[in-house]
Amino acid sequence: MAVELDVFVGNTTIMDEEVYQLWLDGYTVNDAVRARMEGGVLDEFDATADVLLSDTMDQYRTFQMCERLLHSPAKLANQLLFQIPPHRQTMLIERYYAFDDVFVREVLGKKLSKGTKKDLDDISAKTGVTLKSCRRQFDNFKRIFKVVEELKGPLVENIRQHFLLSDKLARDYAAIVFFANNRFETGKKKLQYITFQDFAFCAGQLINNWTVGAVGEGLCKTKNNMVEDMDVDLDKEFLQELKELKVLITDKDLLDQHKSLVCTALRGKTKAFNEMEANFKNLSRGLVNIATKLTNTKDVRDFFIDLVEKFIEPCRSDRWTAADVKLYLTHYTNSAHILDTFKHQVVWDRYMGVIKSCIFKMYHD
Amino acid sequence: MPGKLKAKIVAGRHLPVMDRASDLTDAFVEVKFGNTTFKTDVCPKSLNPQWNSEWFKFEVDDEDLQDEPLQITVLDHDTYSANDAIGKVYIDIDPLLCTEAASIISGWFPIYDTIHGIRGEINVLVKVELFNDLNRFRQSSCGVKFFCTTSIPYSYRAVMVHGFVEELVVNEDPEYQWIDRIRTPRASNEARQRLISLMSGELQRKIGLKVLEMGGNAVVGYLQCFDLEGESGLVVRAIGTACTLEKFSSGSASITCPHPSTAPPSNACNSPKDGKESPLAHGCRSTHNSPVHSACSSQRLSQNFSVSVPTLIFTGMGSGGSAGKEAGPLKTLLRQQTQTTLEQREFPFFTLTSFPPGFLVHVGGVVSARSVKLLDRIHNPDEPETRDAWWEEIRQEIKSHAKALGCHAVVGYSENTSICEEVCILSASGTAAILNPRYMREGCLDVGSIDHRFDDPSPPNCGFCHIPYDELNMPFPAQLAYCYQCRRQKVPDVLFTTIDLPAEAAVTGKGCLIQARLCRLKKKAQGEVNATAISNLLPFMEYELHTQLMNKLKLRSMNALFGLHIQISVGENMLLGLASATGVYLTALPAPGGIQIAGKTPGDLNNEQHVAAIQKRINDAIAKNKELYQINPPELTDEGVGSPIPEPRQRSRIFRSHSESSDELSELDLSHGKKDAFVLEIDDTDAVEDIHSLLTDAPPPAGFHSCSTETMPGIYNWTSGIQMFTSVRVLRLNNTNLTNQGLNKIFTDLCENLLKSFYFKLRSTVPCCLCHLNFTVAVPEEELVQVSVTAVAMTFDKDQNQEKPPEKATTKGGSETEDQLQFPLELSADSSSTSPQPSKISGVAENTIVSTRAVSVDYGSFADRCSTWLELLRLKAHTIRRGSVKTISSLEHCSPLPEGRSRSLCSSRSFGVGSVTMVKMTPLSFLPGTRIIKYLGIINMFFIRETTSLREEGGVSGFLHSFIAEVFAMVRAHVAALGGNAVVSYSMKDCVLMENPNKNQAQCLINVSGDAVICVRETDQEQTTNTGQTCGTIDGAT
Repeated sequence: MAVELDVFVGNTTIMDEEVYQLWLDGYTVNDAVRARMEGGVLDEFDATADVLLSDTMDQYRTFQMCERLLHSPAKLANQLLFQIPPHRQTMLIERYYAFDDVFVREVLGKKLSKGTKKDLDDISAKTGVTLKSCRRQFDNFKRIFKVVEELKGPLVENIRQHFLLSDKLARDYAAIVFFANNRFETGKKKLQYITFQDFAFCAGQLINNWTVGAVGEGLCKTKNNMVEDMDVDLDKEFLQELKELKVLITDKDLLDQHKSLVCTALRGKTKAFNEMEANFKNLSRGLVNIATKLTNTKDVRDFFIDLVEKFIEPCRSDRWTAADVKLYLTHYTNSAHILDTFKHQVVWDRYMGVIKSCIFKMYHD
Repeated sequence: MPGKLKAKIVAGRHLPVMDRASDLTDAFVEVKFGNTTFKTDVCPKSLNPQWNSEWFKFEVDDEDLQDEPLQITVLDHDTYSANDAIGKVYIDIDPLLCTEAASIISGWFPIYDTIHGIRGEINVLVKVELFNDLNRFRQSSCGVKFFCTTSIPYSYRAVMVHGFVEELVVNEDPEYQWIDRIRTPRASNEARQRLISLMSGELQRKIGLKVLEMGGNAVVGYLQCFDLEGESGLVVRAIGTACTLEKFSSGSASITCPHPSTAPPSNACNSPKDGKESPLAHGCRSTHNSPVHSACSSQRLSQNFSVSVPTLIFTGMGSGGSAGKEAGPLKTLLRQQTQTTLEQREFPFFTLTSFPPGFLVHVGGVVSARSVKLLDRIHNPDEPETRDAWWEEIRQEIKSHAKALGCHAVVGYSENTSICEEVCILSASGTAAILNPRYMREGCLDVGSIDHRFDDPSPPNCGFCHIPYDELNMPFPAQLAYCYQCRRQKVPDVLFTTIDLPAEAAVTGKGCLIQARLCRLKKKAQGEVNATAISNLLPFMEYELHTQLMNKLKLRSMNALFGLHIQISVGENMLLGLASATGVYLTALPAPGGIQIAGKTPGDLNNEQHVAAIQKRINDAIAKNKELYQINPPELTDEGVGSPIPEPRQRSRIFRSHSESSDELSELDLSHGKKDAFVLEIDDTDAVEDIHSLLTDAPPPAGFHSCSTETMPGIYNWTSGIQMFTSVRVLRLNNTNLTNQGLNKIFTDLCENLLKSFYFKLRSTVPCCLCHLNFTVAVPEEELVQVSVTAVAMTFDKDQNQEKPPEKATTKGGSETEDQLQFPLELSADSSSTSPQPSKISGVAENTIVSTRAVSVDYGSFADRCSTWLELLRLKAHTIRRGSVKTISSLEHCSPLPEGRSRSLCSSRSFGVGSVTMVKMTPLSFLPGTRIIKYLGIINMFFIRETTSLREEGGVSGFLHSFIAEVFAMVRAHVAALGGNAVVSYSMKDCVLMENPNKNQAQCLINVSGDAVICVRETDQEQTTNTGQTCGTIDGAT
């Protein structure tokens, strides 16, 4: 005697959030049943394992049938096959596009190609995320990347509208797309301590301040070409302008003047004053050099590693506290305004604003 | 040329990719009606084409309008090879032919392909311009309304109930035609779908004609079935109840509120005063010991339950024509009798299961008949006489059974078949009843001025239980007692019916689902031998199912079954029987006795102990059930005439039906109802098993209730949450040498496990009740058992249960009586003046006057009973639903079209209501918390789905799962396109699954039906405005 067929179909599609999560997490039906049993569903409701198995199978089938729709979430709202109340639709989409930070950290900045997909086995083994779940997450990244790549307009907004995601999730995806597009190096050992959320924050900063889109919306409203406002690429003009900042380290007077202004402001305010004074030229050179090199794609990729090597590591070895870093960078940025021969205030602010917040975010253990 | 059909193809979306090279599709649409076809332009390279076609106009006869569906085919244009079909949409335009139903069909329809399922959607507009045709001899019946609902639809009033209508049409099954060998599966499936669509259109039109002939304007309780007879053809048959319905107009709504039934207490106050009005035709004293009855119905299993021996016609070789031989004498006998029958109608049958107040006078009990037939090819599709004769014969039998029970009508009537190869079991069942003749009077339409008086004051809440047959000449041995409510009339100790619990009935405690399940092995055989074997088994199965039902009923300490449905399915090597019903404790009926266990060998000490242990378990179970279902019958004031409390010592022995060797059926002592306590004798292992299975039926878990009727007796405060579902389970029996017992166990477990699964899945909705649990069993292949269930889970408010109603009720007593006063007066005049019926019935009416007066005197004592008030309140709620008026404001308020319908996808993230209308579906005739304001027409759809890649679609489960989901989607889309937002009285008539996993193939046929409606939320505000004068006081209670 064997159950040949067993289905249960509701007019309103019945979906259990717990089972959905197990499915998303890549559990097999049997594993899911076991997990549910351990979760104690049976205790609170008098039922046998058979019942649980049958229910899990039904749900898994439903999710599999829904998956096609979840690939283009806008369809979920106007398809006719499943009657799902709007708030449940939101839940389904949000959870489907949710990802594990440990996983995304592994693929961040990598090319979303077949080659990377082949490495998913290793990533799965390393992170403990099931291969199935890895594939779903990877495919989500790829899908969103592909759709957004061809769209005009603000990145976050595009993702939100096309995939009906929450603001938070849309921003995270914008970060992933941005990293993948610019191929930022994130895998080096020195960068391992930086979490995905740190990077996502930095990406947000870069998108909002250094891209063409940012210019279109904020800084230069005069540029009327919304057509070109790509959020994914850095503003080439801006990168060119950054070269002008070189004067801060090449002009010896300017460098000394800058140093004395900063030191005056810092004196007595921090224990690390001596180290700051001693390292000023080094650090300033580091930051300005990063700026001037950004026209090279290769150096854009190394942006984060450069930040760590040229600034964060020296500070850390001198045992600056986060407050010290904040204090130093604030005065470092502001003092430049007082330099009378320094003419590139706008570019300087646009550059340092991002650098400052990125370093704050990244300056931890 | 009396009609112009217009169709416009607007757009498509989510189309499948048909051109692999470009990942796009060049779609165009063919619109076909009858033999005329129109085409749209090709919309190149788009998965979301915008055709925006002109209006395609078809000029057609209304006969064709009724028969034919509008066929829309979406194709992919291909320059070099043949165009590929993407899929089809069939649109039944019948709803547009009724002035009162929908006026336009407009919306997104799933594009359906029998091989690939749903492939995108298409937006279509359809309109019909109908010219009036005054030709008396027309073949069409446009304008006759059809309802699947088995009660008078809300917002309508039955001016007259004309009675039974039936029709069947037969054809060759395209799947079995020679051409099927050379055409594709898709073409074959589509031919079948189209043919069935045509046949059901034709059937509906023919039934409509009959209704018009009878002077009616609607069919209520329309039940259409398919018999896939394989080689021998395809039968589409339908039965229904012809009525003349009248829509409540806004002005008359409050007047015609059929509320009299709701107020037994005030009734009691009034009737002594004028005392003549009663429709309580008690006891039809004429003795119908008809020869027909004794001739062909062979045995009576017990009281309330007469079962015919299935007539077997051995005509396997010849045509079915010889059936006439047997039917012949029947007919002549019948003719002698017709004079006495209701309205000289051939079949006084009603497919309704719940009735306007006052309609149902007495209920006799369940009558059923089965017949085993051998199928042979239908030679002439235009004269389906054989099948007609078969059903005629069965109906005659039912009719005679009813007569034997002293009843002139059968209500809650239904018919079904079970086919296996060439053997077909035809079954019919219903509830014998006496009806108030006034609803059926001919020519009552011309008494327009008084027609609202048809809403009689109902008989008191026990009237329908009173026996309709002669006490001294009972049709079967039964134990009678005086009614526990009125103390005047006799009632049986147990009552089985196929109808819903009348709204006015007084019930103690809550009800529950009671099922009897049975398997019987049979030898594989062919032709006549097979048919004989089956028909020999049938009576035993009926008997055992009945015994099981009886035992389970007693175990739950209940005394009546409602909504009883017994299905017997035939397979190659077994018969399956499944009986489902809702058990209740009717306050009017005596308390059921217990169940006693008797050992076979008294004296054996071990055995005695064993027996005692079982007895204790049973007694415990009964006690537990009493508590569970809150059955605390009121204490008896023991002044009752003729003590209804039976002697506990009397015992009857139940013979197990294993006495299969004895061919003398008459030997069976089937009178178990006669005695108080049931004695189960443990004489063999079977009996132990039986008792065991009796005790293993698990009650639903806390917070759950279940019933097979529309609503659960004892629960009144439904909230608006509903979840309709369909579940199908198929078991493969691997071990070949199974015993009957083993099979029974498997089958019982299958049903129990299904129920457990439902409870588990719906655990988040508690407290809730699974209503209208409709189990269908089938034996699709030799070792397969298939059970399909459709039901609805409805949430209710637990707390409100007991406390609220009484206080509410007291506040309204005053106003109520005032309303009530007029009715009895008017009615009494009516009843005496308008009963020109031939002898018998008017005689009955006179009889009644006396009896009611007596009844009503006693009645007052129950006025303060809580349960009565509860009933009353519930009925009030119904009244509101029926009587309330459709206002424009309320319509807009809940327009089924969501606001954001035209909103573009990208414009906003909050997709809110989305662009898809939520469509609720329910097998019930109403949606709790809402009011139906418009019936848009009947939904009757037939789909075939086939696959040649079963594994890829997730096996049979995956295949059927998506198919059922697709069927739901298509039903919803059609309802939404009609402008509706719900389907009521939904049912899945057929779900035939054939699989061949080795070939990676499967095919499934599903037939569904229901009524498309617009319903609006019943808010307090609306209630007060609409029905303020009469019903304002109970807003809170609903």
